[in-house]
Amino acid sequence: MVYELAKKDPRVVFIGSDLSPGLLQKMKDSMPERHYMEGVTEANVIGMSAGMAMDGFMPFVNTIATFITRRCYEQVALDLCLHHLPVRLIGNGGGLVYAPLGPTHLAVEDIAIMRVLPNMTVTAVADAEEMVRLMEATLDWPHPIYIRLGKGGDPIVSRAENGFEIGKAIVMRRSQAPDPALLISCGVMTGRALEAADLLEARGIPVEVIHVHTIKPLDEKLIIERARKARGVFTIEEHTVIGGLGSAVIDVLVEQIGQRMPLVKKFGLADQFAKNYGSQDDLLEISGLQPHQLADSVQQMLQRLRVA
Amino acid sequence: MEQVRKLSLALDERSKYLRSLVVRGLEGGNRGHVGASMSLIEILRVLYDDVLRYKPGDPNWIERDRCVLSKGHGCLALYALLIDKGFLGVEELDRFCRVDGMLGGHPERGKVPGVEASTGALGHGLPIGVGIALSARMQKRDSRVFVIMGDGEINEGSVWEAALCAGKHKLSNLCAIIDYNKIQSAGTTAEIQDLEPLVDKWKSFGFATVDVDGHDVAALKALFTRLPLDPAKPTAIVCHTIKGKGIPFAEGDPKWHHHSNFSPQVLEQMYQAVGARS
Repeated sequence: MVYELAKKDPRVVFIGSDLSPGLLQKMKDSMPERHYMEGVTEANVIGMSAGMAMDGFMPFVNTIATFITRRCYEQVALDLCLHHLPVRLIGNGGGLVYAPLGPTHLAVEDIAIMRVLPNMTVTAVADAEEMVRLMEATLDWPHPIYIRLGKGGDPIVSRAENGFEIGKAIVMRRSQAPDPALLISCGVMTGRALEAADLLEARGIPVEVIHVHTIKPLDEKLIIERARKARGVFTIEEHTVIGGLGSAVIDVLVEQIGQRMPLVKKFGLADQFAKNYGSQDDLLEISGLQPHQLADSVQQMLQRLRVA
Repeated sequence: MEQVRKLSLALDERSKYLRSLVVRGLEGGNRGHVGASMSLIEILRVLYDDVLRYKPGDPNWIERDRCVLSKGHGCLALYALLIDKGFLGVEELDRFCRVDGMLGGHPERGKVPGVEASTGALGHGLPIGVGIALSARMQKRDSRVFVIMGDGEINEGSVWEAALCAGKHKLSNLCAIIDYNKIQSAGTTAEIQDLEPLVDKWKSFGFATVDVDGHDVAALKALFTRLPLDPAKPTAIVCHTIKGKGIPFAEGDPKWHHHSNFSPQVLEQMYQAVGARS
């Protein structure tokens, strides 16, 4: 994808940090001066990308999500955000993708730590097709961007007819009911949120689903508009419950709805390092984030609300 | 330390004048990195007088050479040269570090004309410089990139990540300059984190490397004007300097790395040491 962008935009440069052999080989063959495969030097590649962006390039820096966020955090904060440069950080395997490799390789706080940096844009697409739409949109976005990627091969749930605009959330499922449950999700959890919505509808509970591919800047207008009529707001993310999508949504609700707040619940990962290995799905199950678990939790919370 | 004792060149009027601008900034902010700025003056003076290509009226001129002051805490020395060359007015020094000033305790790109990168956190300049040098190569410009680092600064791992990268790419348009005053914040580099053999370290990372008296204007000029030292390598120049050079009571004293709340007597002594207030 970077190669496709590079063919149409001379500003595009690729910088990897010791990734797979042969990655973007066609780009390397046809435009070697814009393809850089550097060593395991995250601090250096971020600074290097900043230097290139200062002179008009748009570098796409790619490595594993946890290393492109935690390992070089000061470089991201100062070299990219303070200078306000259009560098794109593509983090592979965000969330629990690297479950079998343990907590050193899990990026479960990446959204939180990127979100707090001024000027940074934070994105988490739902699937490969949406990633294509995001990548095309990056060419016209003048700010640094963190792009959280999944493992690849996730079910396609995004739809071209919904369009794509950085900073604009997408209503994936609407309800005509006066007070539906509102599920707000990002990244590959949107697929699971939609599955949970199917289960809930089958149980007679109306549901809306908003996909927030851009966590920052957050589409506050849409979230407030849909939340005002919702019976409950449920945020769903493959991320610690501290500082991610859920926190961002609650900040907005508290500030703009205040005392008339609906029921709000954050579904995410506990504030702890992963205790198990296994697969991404295994760890999502342990955290109660699979569709059937989400549906059960939402249903129970709405029932409690009715009783109260 | 033998090398330091040899550095006894008397300062000429221009070097004193530039130092007087630094003192004016120290007075304006009532604080500043005294030692780290004074050791830098001749390096920056020669770069801006004789080496760099730039246009003060057009600081973003694409063909310019880039000078990245990676040891951002030495910014008063850079401000002195930028003022001297007309990038900004001398009165800015009177607002150094103040709420209404444009000159902070570390330099900021976009805020101060002529400042190439916002530095201060250490170890950021060389990676950025590598990127700028690669940009020049991609754009087929002959702009050169000079990155000035402190000796304490090069404790940072990111410096050596960038050094590996610069060596790999044979960035002959990149020159790393080390202000080797042998004193870092907590004490001497020999005591806190010995860097020797420093010239050999840079050589082993793929740099054509020499050392020089960092206060000897003629020697610096002779060296900087024959870059690159090797057309297939980046250059590293280890400049032996004296921390606090030109202020007798600050020279070689770690306590003068940074100082604040100057008494009128101390300010007067500093001005006397460098001639007069500019």
